[in-house]
Amino acid sequence: MSEIPAIELRKINKSFGPVHANKDIDLVVKKGSIHGIIGENGAGKSTLMSILYGFYHADDGDIIIKGKKVTIADSKAAIGMGIGMVHQHFMLVDNFSVLENVVLGAEDSALLAGGLSRARTELKRLEEEYELRVDPEALIQDLPVGLQQRVEILKALYRSAEVLILDEPTGVLTPAEADHLFKILDVLKNQGKTVLLITHKLREIMAVTDTVSVMRRGEMVATRETGNTSMEELAELMVGRSVLLRVDKEPAQPEAPVMEVENLTVTDSRGVQVVKDVSLSVRAGEIVGIAGVSGNGQSELLETLSGIRRATSGTLKIHGESIDLGTSTLDAADMRKKNMGHVPEDRHRMGLINSFTEYENSILGYHRDPAYSRGLLMDLAAIKKNAVAEIEKYDIRPPNPMLKTANFSGGNQQKIVLAREIERDPEVLLIGQPTRGVDIGAIEFIHRRIVELRDAGKGILLVSVELDEIRALSDRVLVMFDGKIVGERGSNADEGELGLLMAGVEDNRMTAEGGVQ
Amino acid sequence: MSGGQLPRWVDLGLIPFLNLSAAFLVSGLVVILIGENPLDAVKVLLWGSLGYAEGFGFTLFYATNFIFTGLAVAVAFHAGLFNIGGEGQAYVGGLGVAFACLALDQYVPWYVTLPFAILGSAAMGAAWAFIPAWLQAKRGSHVVITTIMFNYISFSFMVYLLGNVLKKPGSMQNETRTFEDGGRLPFLNDVFPSFGFGYAPVNLSLFVALAACVAVWFLIWRTKLGYEIRSFGANATAAVYAGISPVRIIVVTMLISGGLAGMMAINEIMGSQHRLLIDFVTGYGFVGIAVALMGRAHPVGIILAAVLFGMLYQGGAELSFEMPNITRDMIIVIQGLVILFAGALEHMFRPAIVRFFTPSQALAAKEA
Repeated sequence: MSEIPAIELRKINKSFGPVHANKDIDLVVKKGSIHGIIGENGAGKSTLMSILYGFYHADDGDIIIKGKKVTIADSKAAIGMGIGMVHQHFMLVDNFSVLENVVLGAEDSALLAGGLSRARTELKRLEEEYELRVDPEALIQDLPVGLQQRVEILKALYRSAEVLILDEPTGVLTPAEADHLFKILDVLKNQGKTVLLITHKLREIMAVTDTVSVMRRGEMVATRETGNTSMEELAELMVGRSVLLRVDKEPAQPEAPVMEVENLTVTDSRGVQVVKDVSLSVRAGEIVGIAGVSGNGQSELLETLSGIRRATSGTLKIHGESIDLGTSTLDAADMRKKNMGHVPEDRHRMGLINSFTEYENSILGYHRDPAYSRGLLMDLAAIKKNAVAEIEKYDIRPPNPMLKTANFSGGNQQKIVLAREIERDPEVLLIGQPTRGVDIGAIEFIHRRIVELRDAGKGILLVSVELDEIRALSDRVLVMFDGKIVGERGSNADEGELGLLMAGVEDNRMTAEGGVQ
Repeated sequence: MSGGQLPRWVDLGLIPFLNLSAAFLVSGLVVILIGENPLDAVKVLLWGSLGYAEGFGFTLFYATNFIFTGLAVAVAFHAGLFNIGGEGQAYVGGLGVAFACLALDQYVPWYVTLPFAILGSAAMGAAWAFIPAWLQAKRGSHVVITTIMFNYISFSFMVYLLGNVLKKPGSMQNETRTFEDGGRLPFLNDVFPSFGFGYAPVNLSLFVALAACVAVWFLIWRTKLGYEIRSFGANATAAVYAGISPVRIIVVTMLISGGLAGMMAINEIMGSQHRLLIDFVTGYGFVGIAVALMGRAHPVGIILAAVLFGMLYQGGAELSFEMPNITRDMIIVIQGLVILFAGALEHMFRPAIVRFFTPSQALAAKEA
């Protein structure tokens, strides 16, 4: 089969000053295939796709689409050449209907009416052809994320995309929704479309792609037929050495509970109950993982326990006292005084102030601690000394406390947060998404630190949407769905079973077999 | 910091310089349009504001006002608050100065009155900022709106007080009696006669302003409160995560900001006019916004920007005197252009400069 490839890249180079983000990249994407591109954060995947989609221009090298050499000036040109992109963060207008969103930017004339009815017919055809059913009149804000993503795909198809680029498409999906997406990708493939799947999840690559290309530090290090490779090989290619996908840890030796939550209910600003009657306990020396698809109340649970958000009702027992969360006015500073640390889910929004230096961030939340202040003043010498010590201990790079945290990589930013919270020696540590947007090398390090903290006899409540992470770290797994805890499993929890629970399938066997010793 | 990290000299030197150049370039075109030689105009402006001691004294006098109002806006900036109410806060601050002076001037020397005048003006300015602050903190009413409203309230409030309550008996003027020596700050010309400031009203409150700069620097970068203010301003969500109370920060910051604005009245009332009168603020509060923007909300930058605007005020006055074609209104146009380029269009040159200077690691890190 010497078919003309859908896309061919030859010796693409892109530098940002001295940093060579893409080095002599060659890539051949066969028409009608699903081609995965995998690599750590910063490996150059996004740069390469941005070049293909016209956001950046390559310094040199050729882009050949369907056998013809082209220059892609901007994303409009890319769309014209049949390249469509589904971004990680959807580009949809929430209070527009599906139809309006699909048409947006591709209206035929200034008057909508004629275009809309034509668009409706076209949309219907696309929906049937690709089995992408969505109600065209539904408002985006009423649709679950899985359907929103479908709208994004429809948008691309409506613009006659032949090649679809999907950037980390499953980050926000339930396992079931992800499976459905993969089915859609299969249909697209069978209809002759070409799919480029950017991801850092090895499992997805194995599940859905025909061919996989691995990028590392700006270079394309390998391209494999998916059938002829393994997760271990790909992981090794990604980081350039072999990595532990499992976390080495001894069985937990839990002691008395250090934190007990009883009947916690939280209502958000819209009046919707987001946490419903949740009870759980964390014992000293164990990691309790909360699995669940993002948006099922885990974030609110962590924020309430850490004192950021107010509960409607519920009790928290910690540090030898019982707090009525429905009436308490304790804020995050008060909770820290009760020896509770908190690594928030979103380090950019909450865990760090990116325009602050590393040393300023290293005391965020602990700035009133007498160790770092003298009366009204900050004790800058003590703060910097502590920051230098944490940088050393957590191998934070570059080792410069004067640098703004915005200039650290994701993994190092996370280490800054982790160092700050762990080094205050909390009795209970709440951790949300410890390795989101963190490269594999740092993941290993962070997981080791969390296990060490457990082995030091601390209680850890871990929230993560990465099922692999939950399974690798947790001694007990609680599954949250729609604000409720719908199941509990031991450390050897079955992935499929957890997936079903996360998708809201009723668990009738919860106490029967999920018991923990 | 959205635009990546620039070298300090670029951020603090080159960008303001480019903005200023653009402002003067456009001003020059306007001057040509009305048939005057822009180079001559610049000569007059510089000579009038810096060329001789008395002119320079006037420049410093205006700069003193701008330092206070600029600091006021800057402190609020650090908490992410936009205090447009400097005008009203300074006006009401005049009450604090006047009360101190009217009560004490006949009994004690000026240096005893001064601390009370500082406290009084700061307290009144802060009080005037309190209600907008409280509404913002508790009700989410935007301070931009409420502080502007409070400016108007202050105008009427002061006219009422000066016309009905504080007016000197038997006078037609809406003003208090003139303070005795105990309520007058010495002019710099009297303290340092050798400088030859002549009739320029620049007075000892210049040093109060400089002390306020040091105090603000210390507050913002050395105290826990300053850390909390900056945290809240840079990332309110992270501040709440850190256990910093938004209500407390909004209220405290606005009180400090209002207090600084109020202190402007020391220069005008105790330093120059020696009586409380109507409309003594005349726009200094608003120009303080431009001063703070141009000075990058840093005390050193604010001093420089305040002197620049002082030059525009003083040099502009001379200019309208020397070149009748360039009227007072023209000067306001030129000031407006500086405010426009230094403030509103602050980001015009920035993207290009960021692209030029950004070390590429930052970009590469961002692409991931």
